[in-house]
Amino acid sequence: MSESCKVSAERRGDVAILRTDGYINNQGGEEIAREAYAQLEGGARALVLNLEKTRIVNSIGISILIEVLEKVMDRKGMLAFCGLTPTIDKTFRIMGLAQYAEIYPTQEDALRGVNPQPA
Amino acid sequence: MSQGGSAPPGLAREVSMTIPVAPEMEIVATAQAAALGEYIAMTRDKIDEVKLALVEACINAFEHAECRDEQLHLTFRLGRDESREWLEVEVMDKGKGFNSAQVEEPSIEKSFVSHRKRGWGLQIIKSLMDEVEITSGVGGTRILMRKYK
Repeated sequence: MSESCKVSAERRGDVAILRTDGYINNQGGEEIAREAYAQLEGGARALVLNLEKTRIVNSIGISILIEVLEKVMDRKGMLAFCGLTPTIDKTFRIMGLAQYAEIYPTQEDALRGVNPQPA
Repeated sequence: MSQGGSAPPGLAREVSMTIPVAPEMEIVATAQAAALGEYIAMTRDKIDEVKLALVEACINAFEHAECRDEQLHLTFRLGRDESREWLEVEVMDKGKGFNSAQVEEPSIEKSFVSHRKRGWGLQIIKSLMDEVEITSGVGGTRILMRKYK
């Protein structure tokens, strides 16, 4: 019955892409935080959270994502989300996450967003 | 779980279930909400909103209600209001109750300066559902929420 969230990470330069698969509750949120902090400690400047394989993020999971956001902001880094379902997108906006982190439709859009090209 | 049979037009059809207060039982409940939403051809996005609202109602009760029977009692109803069909979910616990007027409005800015980053459940429920009614007292709490197709 468990829908525990799996988290995988990929590094592209100083950007870490974290992909989730499954329900993000307290355990899923902690799994994401663990991986995110490891990536930040390892020198990542920006985190892209790809949630395209997640359909539910509960408020406990989001509260842990807010902690990750705080840590990224403390380091003057960037946090971007992509692949959100309309419900997750709406929930992030209700909770104000969208004011402090960028939301992009796709992973490629998010990577472009955290790696702005010089004019 | 008990299921109501075919009801006369205008009357709700309902399904009841009881879940234990245990990790991830809220996901068991969402399967029932999804099945009923699909039955009335509700869009997947609206079903997802009902599912998340239900998850929030369940975990609120799991965390705060201190249910005497260690159970949540859920009823799912399908009905029609004038020309619109709806899915209604009722979540009842026999816990200690709470005063919803005293629940502080959350904000991300408050979360940033506080160790406690929680307390978003009711806000999410109210934002995702079309109608929400909360009744709470010493006998427990009842959250009734409706989503139109």
